[in-house]
Amino acid sequence: MAERSFKKEVEQLRIGEGEVFNGEGILAVTKALLQSGVAYVGGYQGAPISHLMDVLTDARDVLDELGVHFETSASEAAAAAMGAASVNYPLRGAVTWKSTVGTNVASDALANLSSGGVKGGLVVIVGEDYGEGSSIMQERTHAFAMKSQMWMIDPPPHVASIVEAVEHAFELSEASNTPVFLQLRIRSCHVSGSFIASDNRKPPLSLREAAENPNRDTSRIVLPPASFLHEQEKVNQRWPAAVEYIQKHGLNKVFSGESQELGIIVQGGLYNTLIRTMERLGLADAFGKTRLPIYQLNVPYPLIDEEIESFCAGKQAVLLVEEGQPNYLEQNINSILRQHDTTTKLIGKGTFPKAGEYTSEVMRKGLISFVSRFEPGWQAPQDPLHSISALVAGIADHVPPRPPGLCIGCPERPVFTALKLMQKELGDFHISADIGCHLFSILPPFNMGNTTMGYGLGTAGASAFNTPSSKPPISIMGDGGFWHNGLTSGIGNAVFNKNDGLTIVIDNNYAAATGGQDLLSGKNEVRNRSTQHPIEKAVRGIGVDWARTVKTYDIGKMRSTLKEALSNKEKGPKVLVAQSECMLNRERREKPLVRKDIAAGKRVIQERFGVDEQTCTGDHACIRLSGCPSLTIKPNPDPLKSKPIAFVDNSCVGCGNCGEVAHEAVLCPSFYKGQIVFNPSGWDRMLWSVRSRVIGWLQAGTERRRLKMA
Amino acid sequence: MEHKFERPLTVAIMALGGQGGGVLTKWLVDIAQSNGYLAQSTYVAGVAQRTGATVYCVELFPEKQMRESGREPVFTTYPVPGDVDLVVAGEFAETGRAIQKGFVTPNITTLIASTHRVYTITEKSAMGDGIIDQAPVVEVASKVARKFIAFDMEECAEQTGSIISSVMLGAIAASGALPFAREAFENTIRAGAKAVAANLAGFQAGFEQGSQTVAALGAAPARTRKVLSMPEAEGPNGKALLERIRRELPPSLQAIAAHGALRALDYQDVAYAGLYLDRLHQVIRYEQSLAAKKQASTEPDAVSHEVARELALQMCYEDTIRVAEIKTSGQRMRGVRSHLNVTQQQPAHVVEYFHPRFEELCDTLPRSLGKRMLQSNSARRWMQPFLGKGRNITTTNVIGYAQLTLLAKLKRWRRGTYRFTTQTRLIEDWLAHVQAAADTDYSLAIAQCIGMVKGYGDTYERGLHRYQQILSAVEELPPQRAAALTRQLNQAAQADEEGKVFAEALNKARLENHAG
Repeated sequence: MAERSFKKEVEQLRIGEGEVFNGEGILAVTKALLQSGVAYVGGYQGAPISHLMDVLTDARDVLDELGVHFETSASEAAAAAMGAASVNYPLRGAVTWKSTVGTNVASDALANLSSGGVKGGLVVIVGEDYGEGSSIMQERTHAFAMKSQMWMIDPPPHVASIVEAVEHAFELSEASNTPVFLQLRIRSCHVSGSFIASDNRKPPLSLREAAENPNRDTSRIVLPPASFLHEQEKVNQRWPAAVEYIQKHGLNKVFSGESQELGIIVQGGLYNTLIRTMERLGLADAFGKTRLPIYQLNVPYPLIDEEIESFCAGKQAVLLVEEGQPNYLEQNINSILRQHDTTTKLIGKGTFPKAGEYTSEVMRKGLISFVSRFEPGWQAPQDPLHSISALVAGIADHVPPRPPGLCIGCPERPVFTALKLMQKELGDFHISADIGCHLFSILPPFNMGNTTMGYGLGTAGASAFNTPSSKPPISIMGDGGFWHNGLTSGIGNAVFNKNDGLTIVIDNNYAAATGGQDLLSGKNEVRNRSTQHPIEKAVRGIGVDWARTVKTYDIGKMRSTLKEALSNKEKGPKVLVAQSECMLNRERREKPLVRKDIAAGKRVIQERFGVDEQTCTGDHACIRLSGCPSLTIKPNPDPLKSKPIAFVDNSCVGCGNCGEVAHEAVLCPSFYKGQIVFNPSGWDRMLWSVRSRVIGWLQAGTERRRLKMA
Repeated sequence: MEHKFERPLTVAIMALGGQGGGVLTKWLVDIAQSNGYLAQSTYVAGVAQRTGATVYCVELFPEKQMRESGREPVFTTYPVPGDVDLVVAGEFAETGRAIQKGFVTPNITTLIASTHRVYTITEKSAMGDGIIDQAPVVEVASKVARKFIAFDMEECAEQTGSIISSVMLGAIAASGALPFAREAFENTIRAGAKAVAANLAGFQAGFEQGSQTVAALGAAPARTRKVLSMPEAEGPNGKALLERIRRELPPSLQAIAAHGALRALDYQDVAYAGLYLDRLHQVIRYEQSLAAKKQASTEPDAVSHEVARELALQMCYEDTIRVAEIKTSGQRMRGVRSHLNVTQQQPAHVVEYFHPRFEELCDTLPRSLGKRMLQSNSARRWMQPFLGKGRNITTTNVIGYAQLTLLAKLKRWRRGTYRFTTQTRLIEDWLAHVQAAADTDYSLAIAQCIGMVKGYGDTYERGLHRYQQILSAVEELPPQRAAALTRQLNQAAQADEEGKVFAEALNKARLENHAG
């Protein structure tokens, strides 16, 4: 069960010919897949396409009705390898992941698929995690398209265009026997909009029919001599076929404009930002009517030489809006122009920055520089920000950064608190971090973790430190990364190479960072999936002798187990499974139930923490060991004190971490835990009344004596 | 509304994790679509959930105009700086961020902001006061926005039992920035069929507040002196003390001295409060004598004021006795119940977290015994099993409450405890330093410096150690240099817990002193 449910939205996937579909990009993509007669879908979650996986999971019934197989793959490599079903059979398939990281993982299978080619259309939907909001290294999937010769579609962020792109992608894939990348940029995934739907199509050939009538063609297997043949096929047959399809169906668009001298070539995905920026500069209106002709490059790979040549010919200069680096398009277009002896100047990087996201501000500068260079009479309108720039600069020191962090009550927090306390005692260790929520440990307040080498590679990232030392390396790995590849690349590797390091596997029942998707070690019963396979059992199975499972919130136990592992003299890796359910998902499940129980009159105890205003010192040591969003500060009410005091706000979920930290770090005695009884039983009420009376009597005595002295 | 649109209307929502920026976005899209507008929204999923800041973008365009012109507008997926009609910030620091991103421009942007703060981790984890002042943002916001509406939406939501999104929606409706009537907004909430009554109440509150022009914005937390008024005394002893203060002290110091004296009275007894005033008096006389010698700084009572404050805090240090007294007081128990938000008769148990160490135990023992114990390694070892871990005491059950009450009763023997001796020595030594400085500025710097000695456990020991290091580092320096260095080191001592910054500053000071 993922963090966000699409149960209601997926009903729209059933609508038919002529009806209007209204929804987010990811839903529209799903509908487009069904309209295209897809037979199987697989993928691995990760922003920005996590929700595409969630939609597909929630659309189970619709998929079943159509006979579409959907798999939450173990990794992107597993998802890509699924595409093998399209090699021998006319089965359409789609796989999806976060790119470029997922594409890196998938590239072995992708390269094999592209070499042998496909019979059924295969679309690889990549969530291009680039620019603001991205969480990964800034690279381009474009490179993979070029090196394996897969085609790439980059539609504008517009729901109807995205749907069209999906449908064309299948056709293009089949016309050229080549897998096709469909690139969805971060903000395209959740762009809302509508399009006119068509009927869903059952796959013409079912998976079952294919399996029962196996078909085999050795020329499609990547083994000499076929592999040499494939290389020839790629350039001599598949490429020209693709060019023909793209041209014939007009996948790239030309928007004419009055200027004879100048033009703009833009990646499809950047078209909307370009138009809005041109509108601000008076070069276009908000409806796309432009003064400078625009060539909208919806298929950035392969380029269509003829289209490029005819767009550029006769123009003095053409501006290329190409985001990311290296400037593959610029190189490619320059070479096309050279080959055709076209003298048009191509203006790209240099006028635009070499690297970084092309936001509206960046485009504005680039456009101004381009147009004023070639139309000397042209004057850019005054920048509306110009007049206030000094004012805006003045608040720079008053806008605190707000980095992401672990959620309220997150079970990973106490693991890092324990690590921090352990390091206070034993000194700092080399900590190899991994991908997942736990990577927030590198930010304040924990500030720990040396490197991160990729999903599930925490332990492998420490494998070089396989040397006798008083400080064995510590690796962190999430359960997501563990099942993705960490079990073999990290744990198996450490067993085989006799590495003494400690791996902490954060086991919170879900692939939490990507939105709470289920896992092998998840505790929930999940329809169509096999769960509840303990991580400790897996590592013991692979040859680890020292393995412990500890509840994360028990900081004392966690700290002593860490120390035990680090001082253990036995050879071989130590694995500490830090177990507690992801609080975000737990709360999502439990909160409505608790509310219902309270409303139904059932006895419920809710816990919440608090800080005593009078005893808090305003030192905030507790916050430096926690960082929980609900543990915050407020002005000191004491007339004699000025430092803000710690304060637990309304959002506290009573996870218990604050109290544990106070105990383990020997902090001040300010924390208290409130246990609120809803719908108390008769016994509760009686006990409470007796206690209150006795305590009230004691209190009154103290108060009387106090007043006498006052 | 027969307005001709040149381009879509753009709304940027600056949201924090869990604030429901998605809910607000969906409402806006629904309102637009059910009122003849095309709408497009975009956001980056997941970032907000994990408490970072994120931007939702909504664009609107009249369907009728599109049909008539036969042209579809090109919607953007990210607000274009200089081109945003409405910015809604669900927290005040996000307002600054919106301005920085260029979303707020004169003549164009209506800016609606909640004035409450959700402090960032750097603000929260600072050792002292890390809160970043928002006053300059308030000032700039009112200059750069076409219209600036700001009030505490979080409070509105709490009071109406709704969510901040509905309050924001109310404020949006009231601002007139979107071409829809109030009913259109309300109908969308109704159509949502989820917590309708609460959301409408939140909407109503937001609408009312949003209709007024900029509400008086809460100023940033004061960094300067708190403005204090004379407290009331509860009994005859307190009244006598207040009278003495009125009689003997200059008016500008009366309020703070009264707070200090009553604190000492509550902490120990009337004699202790008298001692407080005697000690303060000395410092006042000292400062006046400096003033007579034309040594005064800008504020003629700066040293006395600081001493009045710090002396009270140092004299009312928190030992186990004081903690027990605070934890069992009726006022505190009422405060806890109000924090837990429970009804009159609702049972709510309160579990305290204590972790007294060997040192705290010795502190509370009679002077000589405490001292001997502290020096004895075997005693420490012997007590380890009892003090090695934290203890939970439930103050809402009789035994737990009685335990603490008994502990609080040790108050009458406090003067005989080990800690009282060491604390007295610390205070007297500090006061002597303050009065030996012979320069108001230097005196003030030392007076302020004792502020780092506070709290319990590590915090207390770290503070004490650093305070002593500072005093010995500045000893023997000429007053002006000493004053500046004391301040520098005081600041460095509170820069980080590990003390890296402090160690560096100290080292540098030593080198310079040596050279000089």
